[in-house]
Amino acid sequence: MSALDVEALRKQFPILARRIHGKPLVYLDSAASSQKPACVIEAIADYYGRYHSNVHRGVHTLSEEATAAYEHARAKVRDFVRAQSSREIVFVRGTTEAINLVSQAWARPRLRPGDEVLVTELEHHSNIVPWQIVCEQTGAKLVVAPIDERGDVIPQEYARRLGERTRVVALAHVSNALGSVLPVAEFARQAKSVGALVVVDGAQGVPHMPVDVGALGCDFYAFSGHKMYAPTGIGALFGRLELLDAMEPWQGGGSMIRSVSFAKTTFASSPERFEAGTPNIEGAIGLGVAIEWLERLDLSAVHAHEADLIAYATASLSAIPGVRLIGDPRERAGAVSFVVGDVHAHDVGTILDGEGIAIRAGHHCAQPVMDHFDVPATARASFAVHNGRDDVDLLVAGVRRVQEIFA
Amino acid sequence: MSDLRELYQEVILDHTKRPRNFGTLEHATHRAQGHNPLCGDQLALFVEVEGDRLRDVSFAGRGCAISTASASLLTEALKGKTTAEAHALFERFHAAVTSSSDQPIDVAGLGKLAVLAGVREFPMRVKCASLAWHTLEAALARRAEPVSTE
Repeated sequence: MSALDVEALRKQFPILARRIHGKPLVYLDSAASSQKPACVIEAIADYYGRYHSNVHRGVHTLSEEATAAYEHARAKVRDFVRAQSSREIVFVRGTTEAINLVSQAWARPRLRPGDEVLVTELEHHSNIVPWQIVCEQTGAKLVVAPIDERGDVIPQEYARRLGERTRVVALAHVSNALGSVLPVAEFARQAKSVGALVVVDGAQGVPHMPVDVGALGCDFYAFSGHKMYAPTGIGALFGRLELLDAMEPWQGGGSMIRSVSFAKTTFASSPERFEAGTPNIEGAIGLGVAIEWLERLDLSAVHAHEADLIAYATASLSAIPGVRLIGDPRERAGAVSFVVGDVHAHDVGTILDGEGIAIRAGHHCAQPVMDHFDVPATARASFAVHNGRDDVDLLVAGVRRVQEIFA
Repeated sequence: MSDLRELYQEVILDHTKRPRNFGTLEHATHRAQGHNPLCGDQLALFVEVEGDRLRDVSFAGRGCAISTASASLLTEALKGKTTAEAHALFERFHAAVTSSSDQPIDVAGLGKLAVLAGVREFPMRVKCASLAWHTLEAALARRAEPVSTE
């Protein structure tokens, strides 16, 4: 049973009033980017309408208000991931930028030829390519922990690849392509035992479950706002303070310099050292509001609601003859990937769109996962708090329509 | 949106399920790879040119219904054509699938390829329909770099 009032929640998302090709919008693509509740949209308008100004710059009222709101958002993020200090929270454009920040500012000066960076086979390209680049730059080697037929990282294979050469372990909290939840705490514990840095791609974790970076035991945790009801262009990197303080800046510019302005009394070198230039203020404010909103819903309730939806979707889709689910992870969050017979995912996507249903069709920026399951692409339905079992029923009807057309 | 049946016409579904001239061509004089990064579609096009004629054309790879049907229809349409005729057909085809949907579709001279003109209503899918044709152009020009629709 779900503790969320889905009907009431739907009314909070203005976009859900839209009709697509004459049909009510059924949005099942939140893993790509979630829709925004009215409170987030209004917070942005309120900021621009009432107190927009640059932050950490002026002493005038608007700047003070904007700075306070920006730093309030940072404190919200800190509490959201159970970090110790606001100084451990760096605002970035999103998960991709966060991982690039760690790979360039932490790893690049520290990796030596022969060192190893361990990733898993189910990573999003954003947790593969930055590491490939830094390996190329330093002579370190990228090592991959494989997944099994169910779409879970094989624990023994992961452990076997950890060793004294392992300097960095970079892994997803939740797979965007399959929905697999990784045993991050256990993997992090093992990684720490060989002295490796643990970097978690939390893009698909934060929207679906409470996150406690201390309990996970990670050194860095990266996530995007736009997959958790906040605007695009904002995200956060949690980093343990002693690591951030030891890192050189990765971009130069205003704000990162100690001597400039006003609010720096509150903050030492991090996070400002990593926030050169005028930041995405509206984004940070929107992220803070989205966090408050999510916390009011209660992430445990969100998790329970979505777990019910995923169980229902998994059962409903696999009951359709000819539909094959891709991956059957032991623990799943957020998304279900599937293929409809021989029909290409893009054809599935186009036909579902005709029914007003938005899903993701493609390789989900996880081509190694597609290769593993020997499919060029999958259709992926992903869930948010505003989805209900009725959305799954419409998806199933849409899939049957696909089968009719391709019969 | 026009009816999906417009996009997924019988001819297209038939070519998707039973692609013509599918497989590699042993005596190919020209070949090229095409790739649509958006959907991961990969195809290879093989052409055997004799004099200025396309004696044989085939394709291999996998993709969505639209790109597979388009490649299949292309091979049928081009066998026996001169390279100049192939280029002209490409131009006409390209103009039809990228034309604005408030203009009448000009399918003159497209023959069976006209069934693909409906993709112009689906901007995201135009690349699917064009992939084989861009790959053909690359093959005939002997460009070594794989064609990408990005």
